[in-house]
Amino acid sequence: MTQHPRYLRVFLTFARNSLVRDMTFRANFIIETISSLSWVLMNLGFYTLIFHYTPEIGSNTGWEKYQFFVFLATGLLINSLVQALFMTNADDLSELVRTGTLDFALLKPIDTQFLVSLVRIDWSSLGNFVLGLLLLAYSLAKLHYLPGLLEWVLYPCYVLCGVAIYYSLMIALASTSVWLGRNLTLFDFWFYITNFSRYPMEIYEGRFGTPLRRFFTFLIPVLVVVNVPARLLVAPLRPHAPEDWLLPGFAIFATVASLAASRWVFQRALLSYRSASS
Amino acid sequence: MIARAATWWTVLRISLEERLVYRGDFALGTLMRFLPIVTQIFLWAAVFSAIQTSGAENQRIVGYSYRNMIAYYLLTMLSRAFSSMPGLASGIARDIRDGTVKKYLIQPIDMLGFLLLYRVAHKLVYYVVALAPFALVFYLCRGFFDGWPDAFTISAFLASLVLAFLLGFFMEATIGMLGFWFLEINSLLFVYMLFNFFFSGHMFPIDMLPGVGGSLVRLIPLQYLAYFPAAVFLGKLSGAELVRALWLELAWVAFFMAASRVVFSRGTRRYSGYGG
Repeated sequence: MTQHPRYLRVFLTFARNSLVRDMTFRANFIIETISSLSWVLMNLGFYTLIFHYTPEIGSNTGWEKYQFFVFLATGLLINSLVQALFMTNADDLSELVRTGTLDFALLKPIDTQFLVSLVRIDWSSLGNFVLGLLLLAYSLAKLHYLPGLLEWVLYPCYVLCGVAIYYSLMIALASTSVWLGRNLTLFDFWFYITNFSRYPMEIYEGRFGTPLRRFFTFLIPVLVVVNVPARLLVAPLRPHAPEDWLLPGFAIFATVASLAASRWVFQRALLSYRSASS
Repeated sequence: MIARAATWWTVLRISLEERLVYRGDFALGTLMRFLPIVTQIFLWAAVFSAIQTSGAENQRIVGYSYRNMIAYYLLTMLSRAFSSMPGLASGIARDIRDGTVKKYLIQPIDMLGFLLLYRVAHKLVYYVVALAPFALVFYLCRGFFDGWPDAFTISAFLASLVLAFLLGFFMEATIGMLGFWFLEINSLLFVYMLFNFFFSGHMFPIDMLPGVGGSLVRLIPLQYLAYFPAAVFLGKLSGAELVRALWLELAWVAFFMAASRVVFSRGTRRYSGYGG
């Protein structure tokens, strides 16, 4: 009888082990949480400063101060989840390849991608998640807006879609270390690419902006990551007409396609893997 | 004297050769570092278009037009190429912690001098390799500039870049050598980096900061690392004001040069090396 590993239980064990590890170095954990929080707070300060000088971002786009803060909060939620779940692991992948430790992952009776993607969870990044929730609640209160049932259901789903798209990109880029070898990995590119999704998609306009927007919506769909969930909660941008649902519909497709593509890249990378030690 | 110069020349040459090994990585890394500028260009275009529509009389932000703002960001990339010292403070602290610093104490070589030359070599190679990507980006973005400033401004700009390099070096070296007392300086370094990023003008022109906070930021020397050279090039300061600011920057360099010497001599006096 073959026994399938119970993925949820394995994941919970990873989560528990990582928490135990984090709690062993408690001072370090607190410092890391404070560090990442202070970066975010400084960034918030920067955007507050921008709105000191302008009423909105882009003329008549609807991204006024608190609408934009809803956008930021959404980005914060998605980024903190990606950081907590996958960032450390994707970062370690090149090291596993270089040292040949990936052998041990390959031998375990569990899906290798699952194992190398989730083995270490960075709990300190969840401080930003809480900050994201607070910022979201604060901005919605300032906008005097209470989301309806549909938004309550769809928003978390689209946040998870965003996490999945970011993850796909990250693991696909990290897998390239199998081909590129020592320390050379396209993983750094992840930060530069996702940088484009930090702002509402309306800002990419004009001769260069429109092609850029299309590229990062349809080819590398990082622009749908934050935009789609954030727009659900922002009054003037909320989908009204049927055609407004095209983008959210596309986001589902983009999520599935990204996951499938990254799975394919990862598997191809494993096929090319030659152990370093033996 | 000649023997000494020969030593320093050798140090510089070895460091140059070491740096050139990774030139491909360097060039690619430099080009990638410009990518965030692309988003900045679009963000500020959106901000300025909103200001225009709102019908504000003054379509500038603290004296910066849209083109100025982008030119500013490009110029801070240049200032940062001079003033940023990746790994300097953390490297010094690591050497202190693991005992490598002993080699500077027993060999007839001055640690700060060695590190400075090493850094000069690092930067020289960087400029040679980064020249092409920088030239390309500045050429593509030439529309954001109002042409070349006059010779006096250009010389002041170049001086401010060299001073930014020296200030960055001595400031970080001083922080790194605090490791003689604390051993682990990561948290301290983090605070420094955080303040550096936001208050050196790397993130936004510091004139945008209103009130007391703004005045405070203009008092501390971080502004010379990114904001000041860009502001000089854009003609935000001129004449006597510019000369005075340069003297002030020189004074800060002298201060941190002296501070690093004091910290080094005090630090080595309390340093204990164990083991081999």
